[in-house]
Amino acid sequence: MFDFSIVTNWVHSTLTSVMPEGWAVLIECVVIAVWIITLYALLAIALIYMERKVCGFFQCRLGPNRVGKWGCFQVFADVLKMLTKEIFNPKNADQFLYNLAPFLVIIASFLTFSCLPINKGASILDFNVGVFFLLAASSIGVLGILLAGWGSNNKYSLIGAMRSGAQIVSYELSAGLSIMTAVVLTGTMSFSGIIEYQADGWLIFKGHIPAIIAFLTYLVAGNAECNRGPFDLPEAESELTAGYHTEYSGMHFGFFYLAEYLNMFIIAAVAATIFLGGWMPLHIGGLDGFNAVMDFIPGVVWFFAKAFFVVFLLMWIKWTFPRLRIDQLLSFEWKYLMPICMANLLLMTLMVVFGLHF
Amino acid sequence: MNNEHNTYLGLVFGAIKTLLIGMKTSIKVYFRKKVTEQYPENRKELKMFDRFRGTLTMPHNEKNEHHCIACGLCDIACPNDTIKVISKNIETEDGKKKRILDRYEYNLGSCIFCMLCVNACPHDAITFDQDFEHAVFDRSKLIMKLNHEGSKVEEKKKEQ
Repeated sequence: MFDFSIVTNWVHSTLTSVMPEGWAVLIECVVIAVWIITLYALLAIALIYMERKVCGFFQCRLGPNRVGKWGCFQVFADVLKMLTKEIFNPKNADQFLYNLAPFLVIIASFLTFSCLPINKGASILDFNVGVFFLLAASSIGVLGILLAGWGSNNKYSLIGAMRSGAQIVSYELSAGLSIMTAVVLTGTMSFSGIIEYQADGWLIFKGHIPAIIAFLTYLVAGNAECNRGPFDLPEAESELTAGYHTEYSGMHFGFFYLAEYLNMFIIAAVAATIFLGGWMPLHIGGLDGFNAVMDFIPGVVWFFAKAFFVVFLLMWIKWTFPRLRIDQLLSFEWKYLMPICMANLLLMTLMVVFGLHF
Repeated sequence: MNNEHNTYLGLVFGAIKTLLIGMKTSIKVYFRKKVTEQYPENRKELKMFDRFRGTLTMPHNEKNEHHCIACGLCDIACPNDTIKVISKNIETEDGKKKRILDRYEYNLGSCIFCMLCVNACPHDAITFDQDFEHAVFDRSKLIMKLNHEGSKVEEKKKEQ
């Protein structure tokens, strides 16, 4: 298994040999920032293309197929269009908050994105409370959404933002509790520790019943957290035109759009990291030959394959189920999902205490 | 059946079951053959469905005979005055006066494809075909003559 930290250590030692350490760290930080933004943009393009194609296939159509072969340049055309559009400020809107909101949303998305380990030794933010940091950083996004709704001076935006606030605040509990279930089993909150624990079997196999329940509840809660799928009532095209980003145009809207897709990817990648082993190959205890073959596939491939598999699951859910009503949404969370998560957490704790896991 | 859906756990399991049924349905559609027609590329093999109303036509048999007896019912039925049945009176060889079709004029530009003319026709002389590429550069080209040159009505078989 290739360890990416060899590369990073080599870069660091080369830089420190020619300049003081402060400058070396600064240069590394800039390189990493550029890397995050590039990866973010590339993933967004891939995800938007995938979304449009998968959506088409689920509706028995072909999806975009005119711009380039199989429509593969469609997203580039969309991005160009979005970049050339005018950014305007609505009358009587709170200009400062209106302009701040998209950046808050995108910063929250960047922060959570940088927590994801994409290969062995290739994680940008990795420390002992990584999971906690991820949950905290992802909830900055709801602030941006609320500000966008408030700052737009538009009642549809405000209704969308309030719905979104109520939804994200409630579903964060379930998402957090599902992740806690995994933390109880692994005994660590750092992503690298959680992945190391899955070296001889993914958590969904090692934790069996409670882990599967936690995986499913996390998918539901995560789907609701990124305002997608059957939980897209903050946007609710048919009722609120576009919800909190109705008044935004050009690249300010683009930031919301990017953040929405990347949040979906982040949810999928976190689910893949915590429950499906992240970059860890499929290892079956005892079969050393099989494990060695699996080790030849690089960790990056494993990570993105698993993450995109979960993304496909989320899209499958999105294009199958109709949108919930706000009272159904909240009663689903508070009466069903959260009690199930808590019972599941208890079940997992009992299982760990009595050593019933693999 | 209703009973199990009223309990808390019954609701949960019922919900999971129905959600899975929905997901099964949509994944079947995902792998189904797509209905999208790639129109300009597939002009050659494009086949419209049977009941498609393209252009009004008057089918002629191989002896250049049609079924129209120039009764004008289609003309009356047409809500848009799209059809003009122009007839003439001739005298048959056995001395009887007979009205036959001279020109059957159809204005595609004002046709609303309601099919009332086809329903009104007592002899099934007119029908809609599958041709939908109607665009022309001149409005006068939309006025078509449906009976072919030199055609005549198909004689009924002698029954008596």
